[in-house]
Amino acid sequence: MPDNTLKVALIGNPNAGKTSLFNHLTGLNQKVGNFPGVTVDKKTGLCTKIKSRKVQIIDFPGTYSIYPRSLDEQVFFTEVSNTESESYPDVAIVVIDAAHLKRNLLLFTQIKDIGLPIVIGMTMLDVLKDKQENIDLDELSKSLGAPIFPINGRNGEGVNALTDFISTYEYAEPEPFLPMEEYIHDELFHRLEAAFPDQRPYRIYQMMQQTDTYTGIGPEDREIVEEIKQNSHFNGPKLQAKETIARYKLLDAILKKVEKGGRKFTEDKSFSSTLDKFLVHPIFGYAFFVAILFFMFQAIYSWASIPMDYIDAMFGALGEWAHHTIPAGPLNSLISDGIIPGIGGIVIFVPQIAILFAFIAMLEETGYMARVVFLTDRIMRVFGLNGKSIVPLISGVACAIPAIMAARNIENWKERLITILISPLMSCSARLPVYAILIALVIPDREILGFMNLQGLVLMALYMGGFILALIVALIMNQLIKSPQRPFLIMELPSFRMPRWKNVSLTIFEKSKTFIFSAGKIIFVISIVLWALASYGPSNEMDQAEALVSQNHPGLNQDQHENMVASYRLEHSYAGHLGKVIEPVIAPLGYDWKIGIALITSFAAREVFVGSISTIYSVGSNDSGDNPQSIKDRLASEINPKTGLPVFTLASGLSLLIYYAIAMQCMSTLAIVKRETNSWKWPMIQLCYLTGMAYVFSLIVYQVLS
Amino acid sequence: MNIADLKLGQKAVVTGFSDEELSLRLLDMGCLPGEEVTLCCKAPLGDPIAIDVAGSRVSLRIREASTVMIEKINN
Repeated sequence: MPDNTLKVALIGNPNAGKTSLFNHLTGLNQKVGNFPGVTVDKKTGLCTKIKSRKVQIIDFPGTYSIYPRSLDEQVFFTEVSNTESESYPDVAIVVIDAAHLKRNLLLFTQIKDIGLPIVIGMTMLDVLKDKQENIDLDELSKSLGAPIFPINGRNGEGVNALTDFISTYEYAEPEPFLPMEEYIHDELFHRLEAAFPDQRPYRIYQMMQQTDTYTGIGPEDREIVEEIKQNSHFNGPKLQAKETIARYKLLDAILKKVEKGGRKFTEDKSFSSTLDKFLVHPIFGYAFFVAILFFMFQAIYSWASIPMDYIDAMFGALGEWAHHTIPAGPLNSLISDGIIPGIGGIVIFVPQIAILFAFIAMLEETGYMARVVFLTDRIMRVFGLNGKSIVPLISGVACAIPAIMAARNIENWKERLITILISPLMSCSARLPVYAILIALVIPDREILGFMNLQGLVLMALYMGGFILALIVALIMNQLIKSPQRPFLIMELPSFRMPRWKNVSLTIFEKSKTFIFSAGKIIFVISIVLWALASYGPSNEMDQAEALVSQNHPGLNQDQHENMVASYRLEHSYAGHLGKVIEPVIAPLGYDWKIGIALITSFAAREVFVGSISTIYSVGSNDSGDNPQSIKDRLASEINPKTGLPVFTLASGLSLLIYYAIAMQCMSTLAIVKRETNSWKWPMIQLCYLTGMAYVFSLIVYQVLS
Repeated sequence: MNIADLKLGQKAVVTGFSDEELSLRLLDMGCLPGEEVTLCCKAPLGDPIAIDVAGSRVSLRIREASTVMIEKINN
């Protein structure tokens, strides 16, 4: 960023309408990154409405005061505590919710005291009970010592007046709001002023309050601060309480002046209260919640399949086209079998991510999400989770990737981490093709007790088992992972509002973009690696496939011949050799090297298992999609040459089902966990514990049954 | 008396706090000594609960609610 860029920080309480204002100011010109060292979304954007100068808007996580309650809120203090830093804002827009004026102004007064120049964007004036046009904003502005711009978050009214002001903005240091000596601790502030004559006293006081996270202070100054702390018997929490109460007292006096003639900055909450009676009712509340979840699940599961099939077909056709137009050779294979399916494997997730985040954004926007937490908190707490974990876990039944992205809404790091770690245990839709083919193969199709189908029962058991296992693992993780943060739930239940559709659509856009460009990179690289493993082999064994098949199996028709060649090539590729290498390891689970190859290739995505199996058994992957029967018959007749027994028995089939239900067979999930936890440590732990657990369970099942 | 002792719909006035760390969080939310609180709903399992205070609705767990000292208003 060049130095003449004006940096504007956007600050405000949660639910004050900060996001709407940010979206109105920047439109699609947003970038989402992380604040340094933490996985907290850092949204920045260039303000498109101002042409005369470059204005960068930085959106900070919502916070109630300058004293942070969570890592998310910590970020703001870290950024403003160093006046020398690159990212130190020139001016702050504090978003104030007019319906909760006093509480919102607390943060305003703290920011003013720390010395950031301030502009107020006042939202929610449209929901005030008192619809009089003449609420005295001028008087309020004068008393607070900051310009106030009314903003309508729904239609963007008033944003232009604000941007006009910002575009001609001249730096002016604000007057302090709270006379510190008078209200807090006179002796302390005299000492501070003597030691740091050219610093704002409130800044130094914040250094003392939040020494560990205060970045803009050298070691010598730090020593002086520590010394003053010692000498004055500094009691941080007590002073903080005193300070907050003093601020409210001053604000009360100001509001009394402004709310003359019975005008009140409050909204009519009777509608919200009535709705709450219903939505948190022991019976209706849960029924409504389950209905919403069911609807969400249905949408991710079935609506998304339409665009997904379309994307799948499109990339399939593109691959075919590339295969026939590019001159034959390694480049052809790289593009048509490696790169195009690799990109397809990323894009295919976008519909599910978009639909899930459409729902989540709507639930957040309406205020219902806070009620979900309220309803489920007591149950989730048992497992070391939080009410907010329920949405990721349910989404995990469709796909773990959007589920893990959705865990960002959980503020407490430990609760968020556990949610991320157990999400892949929910059986996702990619497991279904694997389940379907194996169940059809080894589970007899018969009725139990006259009304239940055994195959359906096994399918249900796999889903239920995954969920129960997820909760058990959460219990264990809760004991293992230590967290310095004391978990508490003091959460506002905001008034119900209609969703602002602009915010919803921007959320969808931004989440999809984030997925494609961050996790997408890793997924793409691994797809290419897996393609190379399956397409190349040591020496020239693979090149002889054509000749050998023609020699040993003359008289095959063209299809059969091609399938046979593909099968031979895969067997002699690096992946095939790897399959043979791991055979001793997987033999105790009842698998042979052919299944080993499928295990390796399906690491790209679980459903690849079906395609790989059909190639290895030379059914032809083209047939398997249209005709699952042919692949089933082929597998059923497969005999293990070492034992002379069928490869797919009840024992090995069940063992394989359980393996796929538990194991971390999905590089896309690992990629997204890496992004969301900002390190390779957690995805690796996840890979080891899930695959290890899968191995042990499958081993037990196979050894007991065979 | 603390907030956890209130019945649904009962009003009270905040008098103090027994847990320093939590009190600071509650002060930030506008829950100050002298403010009127109303217990407006309970989650189906009785925990967490929600109170109306200073114009906002705030939910807290029973363990947190029991650290807020109150005096009942006789109405």
